[in-house]
Amino acid sequence: MASLQEVTVDEIRHLVSQRAIEGETMLLNMGPQHPSTHGVLRLLLELDGEQIVSCIPDIGFLHTGIEKNMEAKTYIKAAVMTDRLDYLNTMGNNLVYCLAIEKLVGLDVPPRAQVIRVIMVELQRIASHLVWLGTHALDLAAMSVFLYCFREREMILDIIEMISGQRMMATYFRPGGLWREVPPEWEDHVRGFLKIFPDRVKQYENLLTDNPIFRDRTIGIGKISEADAFRWGLTGPMLRASGPPLDLRKSRPYSGYEQYDFDVPTHTDGDVYARYLVRMQEFHESMKIVRQALDKLPSGPIISNDRKYVPPPRSELGVSMEALIHHFKLWTEGFPAPKESVYVPVESPRGELGVFLEGDGGPKPYRCYWRTPSFVNLECLEYISKGHMVADLVAIIGSIDIVLGDTDR
Amino acid sequence: MTDEHAHQTIEALQGAFGGETGEYAGDPRLVLPADQILAAAAALRNQHGFEYLSGLTAVDYWPAQDPRFHLVYHFSSYRHNSRVEIRVPIAEDVEVVSITPEYWSANWQERELFDLFGIRFTGHPDLRRILMPHDWEGHPLRKDYPLGYEEVQFTFNREEIAARKPRPSE
Repeated sequence: MASLQEVTVDEIRHLVSQRAIEGETMLLNMGPQHPSTHGVLRLLLELDGEQIVSCIPDIGFLHTGIEKNMEAKTYIKAAVMTDRLDYLNTMGNNLVYCLAIEKLVGLDVPPRAQVIRVIMVELQRIASHLVWLGTHALDLAAMSVFLYCFREREMILDIIEMISGQRMMATYFRPGGLWREVPPEWEDHVRGFLKIFPDRVKQYENLLTDNPIFRDRTIGIGKISEADAFRWGLTGPMLRASGPPLDLRKSRPYSGYEQYDFDVPTHTDGDVYARYLVRMQEFHESMKIVRQALDKLPSGPIISNDRKYVPPPRSELGVSMEALIHHFKLWTEGFPAPKESVYVPVESPRGELGVFLEGDGGPKPYRCYWRTPSFVNLECLEYISKGHMVADLVAIIGSIDIVLGDTDR
Repeated sequence: MTDEHAHQTIEALQGAFGGETGEYAGDPRLVLPADQILAAAAALRNQHGFEYLSGLTAVDYWPAQDPRFHLVYHFSSYRHNSRVEIRVPIAEDVEVVSITPEYWSANWQERELFDLFGIRFTGHPDLRRILMPHDWEGHPLRKDYPLGYEEVQFTFNREEIAARKPRPSE
């Protein structure tokens, strides 16, 4: 067990104002264990009464060294670790990793796999926004919204479990396509979800959107302008609530997103309420995409048949020597990637999630860097929370929608 | 869908700051010397319309010593829907100028590089560890830093591993 460390004033002198050194303002630790910090986030608050003079985030409590671990595993085995980064957007993490490998080695994905990937990623976006809404409302003392959101999220987790066997850490997407075919009852479940969900979103909106307490606590709080948002590198709903309709699904479409007709919700105020409205509208847009994708779901293979990268089906192993050799090579060694690097960004529920993958000619990634939106978005917390009160800070953290697994990796 | 603006920007930057260009899978990149990066970042933001820094990372090529690291900057433009990659090769113990005056989001990104790789940045307002504990020694993402794992305790080595484990105090 580590001994207690004494932090001297000198270590933090450059971060806090002179008033804190003199004792005029109070330094308060909003510690890593806190119900409202959405994970293990430590904030060192310098408070003048109830007002925040500065707020210094201390992250790294959930740092598990996933990037270094991925360098020690082959590409296929490392895919399992990708779920654990942003644990609310597991399908999205799988998707960006598979897209990066496919770009690095030049692998094609069959259309049926692309459509199913889009459906699952959009359902995952809905599930992630449900957690955001539930926890954000819970922090602002609207507790029933939390329970309603998780009730709907159970339906999505059931769908994910149906196709992959796991509720959250599915690793369902593999380089070249999907792990296995979807079961026949999957489509009925997704359509059933789409049938009941619009009413549920209306219920949440009835509870919160015109609620005077919610509006009081969120309008005008944590404002950021468009220019400042770009300088802080914000992406996703944080940026779109300040104006620009920057959505990677529209500007740099991947996995067939250009075929679907959907809007990118934006707002101009840039405060917590604006971000709430943007994410509520994203529920509707995601449902639109899933409906269109289900209607145009083509038949065909669900994974590429390039045997150098994709294992052959087990039925072939008994009859084909090449299939057996490919299976053997892929399982013992893995597939090699060229000595090049790629960077692939996708639109996660939090913003731009990108993978920088560099190969070295061998079967293991030489460097796999995850550009995670929570890490970059959290940086602006100090800037946008100056002058607000501690209760507003809780609303602001909820609106940034951070996931500490994403922040710390 | 080729990124014309990115190609033009890379050529303009090469004309202004030197360096060599490259490309893979449709994404152009420029390898710049380390002393040019702040000026290049300023040019990208002010002239070419690259409003935000998408990502900043490093690759460690140990045991190669010169250069040991490649800093990789990804700048993105919303206006032109474009993205460029800039690589800066540096040797160990070379300090790179920080681009936080131009791109505020580089603050935490450069702190992460200092923490995990040991790359120092001059002019950074707050260069200290961000992900590792503040008194950690070593830079974990370097290639000469061990991965570190726990040895599995089977029956044949159970006693030797148990002897090394910390025991609860009586």
